[in-house]
Amino acid sequence: MPYNWFDRNLKWIYVLPAVAFVLVMMLFPILYTVRISFYEWSMSAITPPKWVGLDNYAALLKESRFWHAAGSTLYFTVVALAVEVVLGVAIALLLSREFRGKNLVKTVFLLPMVATPVAMGLVWLLIYEPTIGAANLMLKAIGLKPMLWLGSPAQAIPSLIIVDVWQWTPMISLIVMAGLATIPREPYEAADVDGAGRWKKFASITLPLLRPTILVAAMLRLIDVLKTFDIIYATTQGGPDLATETLNIYGYVLGFQYFKLGMASSLLVLFFALVMGLTLVMIWMRKRMEAQYD
Amino acid sequence: MNLLQRRLSAGLAIVMTVAMLAGCSGKSGGGSAESTMKAEPSAKASASPSSGQAAPSAKPFEGKTINLVTANHPWADAIKPLIPDFEAATGMKVNVQGYFEDQLTQKLTVQFTAGSETPDVFMYRPLQEGKLFFKNGWLQALDDYVNKDPAYDFADISKSAIGTATVDGKLAGIPIISEQEILYYRKDLLEAAGIPVPKTIDELVAAAKKLHDPGKEMYGFVARGQRSPLVTQVSSFLYSEGGDFMNGDKASINTPEALKAFTTYGTLLKDYGPPGVLNMSWPQAFGIFGQGKVAFLTDANSLYKNATDPSKSQVADKVGFAPFPAGAAGSKPYNITSWGLAINAKSVDKDAAWAFIQWATSKEIVLKTQEKGNPGARTSVWDNPQGTTGFPPELVAVIKESVKGGIDHDRPTVINVGEARDAVGEIVQKIITGETNVQPVADKANEALQAVIDKDKNK
Repeated sequence: MPYNWFDRNLKWIYVLPAVAFVLVMMLFPILYTVRISFYEWSMSAITPPKWVGLDNYAALLKESRFWHAAGSTLYFTVVALAVEVVLGVAIALLLSREFRGKNLVKTVFLLPMVATPVAMGLVWLLIYEPTIGAANLMLKAIGLKPMLWLGSPAQAIPSLIIVDVWQWTPMISLIVMAGLATIPREPYEAADVDGAGRWKKFASITLPLLRPTILVAAMLRLIDVLKTFDIIYATTQGGPDLATETLNIYGYVLGFQYFKLGMASSLLVLFFALVMGLTLVMIWMRKRMEAQYD
Repeated sequence: MNLLQRRLSAGLAIVMTVAMLAGCSGKSGGGSAESTMKAEPSAKASASPSSGQAAPSAKPFEGKTINLVTANHPWADAIKPLIPDFEAATGMKVNVQGYFEDQLTQKLTVQFTAGSETPDVFMYRPLQEGKLFFKNGWLQALDDYVNKDPAYDFADISKSAIGTATVDGKLAGIPIISEQEILYYRKDLLEAAGIPVPKTIDELVAAAKKLHDPGKEMYGFVARGQRSPLVTQVSSFLYSEGGDFMNGDKASINTPEALKAFTTYGTLLKDYGPPGVLNMSWPQAFGIFGQGKVAFLTDANSLYKNATDPSKSQVADKVGFAPFPAGAAGSKPYNITSWGLAINAKSVDKDAAWAFIQWATSKEIVLKTQEKGNPGARTSVWDNPQGTTGFPPELVAVIKESVKGGIDHDRPTVINVGEARDAVGEIVQKIITGETNVQPVADKANEALQAVIDKDKNK
């Protein structure tokens, strides 16, 4: 009886589209990428892919350029994430208070997040222009020395971090504001009775209760920062002198500029492992923290 | 927190990680949808009177459709308004799509890898992708097509341009844009300082030094400083000092001539360039030149409008053009085909595709696109006074001069151009960042370039 069959299997049928989507659009590309990573292939229609086993991985791990890219990825990620989390939480705390024009401030503050990253990259490229850009005009106006920004290997990553912080801090704030709204009032009242000060209340009540939320926000952001591509490619394309070449950019270069599909794939597999590893560490941290407060 | 929640969060993390990488590796699939879109029989075209060059009965491609993919390039802007005439004369429908350079390469690569029948005709960069595309079996060799119609006059297309578009003795595409490197300078500044237009690289360095005044935000020289983009522009320095990227199948970017050329270029940018040159490709270089803050600029002549168009340049009426200055081996700028038209080897209707190319690169149409400022590859059009009306007269003289001694490549001619360019670019970037011990850097880059060349031999 088909009707009964549907009835009994309804829970499977409902999730089927989602499962199919994940299989076709996510799992398949990943497995395919893993497969290509064992081949040498320039996408030729004439020369078929050549099986090279783990050679691609071995070659990558020997390359100083790969390690440099991995270093740049971590540098960019750690600093951007740290600044965004601290700033994001601070701003969320500010915005959770009542003041006039609060909604307007909130809206304006969230705008960078909605903007298209590549377009923003191009705008920042103009802002950072050392001779005619707005950033240096501002520095000069307040009597500071102009900087090279994206034009100097040492300043390029910090400059990009500023862009990332500008664009994505609002996301952290948004999540943390949601978390703030769920904190019960009672602990504060109890603290008031005990005569706790503002700082004490923040450190002993707000922060611990917010911690799970902050960790979720940080984890979401972590994955996103690690894979940052658009703003880097739109502004420096990995330069100057490879200073901003992250793993993602290097993967693109290997794939679409050097046409080394096998190498590019093996890099992506390693990158996948890195992202996965860091994410698992975050989940483990969260678990431990929960155990502490349970 | 219960178990379900924990599992959910772990699951969420995994799915998100997965989604991220799926975004990075989405290389398969692509554009077969377009090919299913067959032409609606072009009622519009048959209703309008045919444009005279073809008899009404001779609409050989009635009802056919081809897909054309162009770069966002002035040539594409010039050809698009002319296409309706072609459609009316042949009965063919031409669908046009445009992309920025990098996206174009990527789009074509993805389409061809997927074995797509579209696009039928596309713009490509013979020196950048030509070898790879051809050797991957993606391009239709055109040798059998070009001499079918004597009126096309294939011999009229410049030899060096054809040389650029030839791979393994086969014609991979038809040149549409040719370009040479020239020297742009500020007439007013040179006049005020009493400096004659530099004829040699030494004079250029001296003049740039004299006009360099960073305190007043006035800089002597600008050119591309980004790793890969700079390679094509340093090439003319290299040739003019008597070097080249390769000597036969030996990499030669660590020779004394090469080091001299790279050091000159790098030092000009380091000592007399505006701040931030390391992150400049041509838009930034022309941008700051157009802001009136730089005295000299070397780049391709085909970009001259960025310096002389008043909407882009504040010094539009003060820009002078000169042939590339001479080094130890004379003035040897590159003289290359920067863009060509090619046919997809899997295109279902190659005759229709060729008909389009034949039309778009005919004397008549090249004249029309060249009048709009797109330097073409046909000798007869350059000899025709009307053919040069799209350029300032001074520039025409410079172009004619540059073509004489020109070299037919502006980057290492290998399959994997991207990697080879990065090897060369690294040397120059190191010089710009102040590295004084250049020889070891160059030796290492030379090895990298040699590895790229050696790989080609197995293909």
